[in-house]
Amino acid sequence: MERRAATPDPARRVQARLSRRRAAGLFLGAVLLAVAGAAVAAVFEPREFASAEQERRYKVLINELRCLVCQNQNLADSNAELAADLRTLAYEMIKNGDSDEQIITFMVDRYGEFVLYRPRLKASTVALWLGPFLLGAGGIWLLWRMIHRRSLLARTTQELSDDEKSRLKDLLGGDETDTERGRNA
Amino acid sequence: MPKVEALHRYATPFGVFLLLVILLGVGLTLDPRRVPSPLIGKPLPEFDVPTVRDPQRRFSQDQLRDGVSLLNVWATWCVPCREEHPVLVGIEQRGEAVIFGLNYKDRRDKAITWLNQLGDPYRMSGFDVDGRAGIDLGVYGVPETFIIDAKGDIVHKHIGPIDEKTWKEELLPLIRRVESRRG
Repeated sequence: MERRAATPDPARRVQARLSRRRAAGLFLGAVLLAVAGAAVAAVFEPREFASAEQERRYKVLINELRCLVCQNQNLADSNAELAADLRTLAYEMIKNGDSDEQIITFMVDRYGEFVLYRPRLKASTVALWLGPFLLGAGGIWLLWRMIHRRSLLARTTQELSDDEKSRLKDLLGGDETDTERGRNA
Repeated sequence: MPKVEALHRYATPFGVFLLLVILLGVGLTLDPRRVPSPLIGKPLPEFDVPTVRDPQRRFSQDQLRDGVSLLNVWATWCVPCREEHPVLVGIEQRGEAVIFGLNYKDRRDKAITWLNQLGDPYRMSGFDVDGRAGIDLGVYGVPETFIIDAKGDIVHKHIGPIDEKTWKEELLPLIRRVESRRG
């Protein structure tokens, strides 16, 4: 009979757990750092505003508008020249007294709904907005059907009669002692 | 389990899988860089810029009302524009289309040198030094080419350089169709 070391001795186990925790901690730290880094990645451009409200509107706008050159960045983060041009344009429009709605319409008229990180709900974007929810609901429904069907199946399956039970034992060959012997070998 | 029931059980997940494969397969063929223009079918937006060669002359959307024409956005700092240029020169020489240019965020002296050295296929080239006219046209990269009909409406926008194949097989036939429609 061989001796199998199922688990390492207690000391090694504690050490393994500690180093795993450290690894997890380091990983979490790295992730947080990366995320925090992205948050301050906005291009630094000093801009003067007449009011705090204007500045707030500007920041919201350039975060919600997509840079079409580097398509995974918003205008705030992108270093592309077009992004700089559009930021300046947004700034000028705010200073000019244009409303958020007007600025957004201006951008969408020229570049389409794709320029918005949150496209407006229109006939063309309904599929985009509702799609995930519909798919999710569809998935849940399928899941419910599967579980329901399985529980139905379990309920209607009948217990074996005593006669059938003894037949089963015969078919499996031998009585209980045989199987127990196999386990302790 | 009887065969039919087994098939039935796998039908739904397989059906969903098939749908996803089709959807994602189509998605793989699409290029997100080619942002469709919301201006297709609409009149060419207003713009007013000086010309490249003569700062006193103006170039505006009105000038593109004389039959079907191309508006090609270009720049000397743009490498694909350099590759596209001979194709445009060929189109003009063969008389297949009228081409207007819009020089985008460039330097006037460089633009003039470029046209003198490489050939000038443009009936007129606008000088959009700050890119504002480009923004009004929905330009987000160079080169881009608009096809405008005699009414002044944009019928097509081509993103990226035009190569001979695209010209012969896609754009030239489109122009012919548009021309024949207007009679």
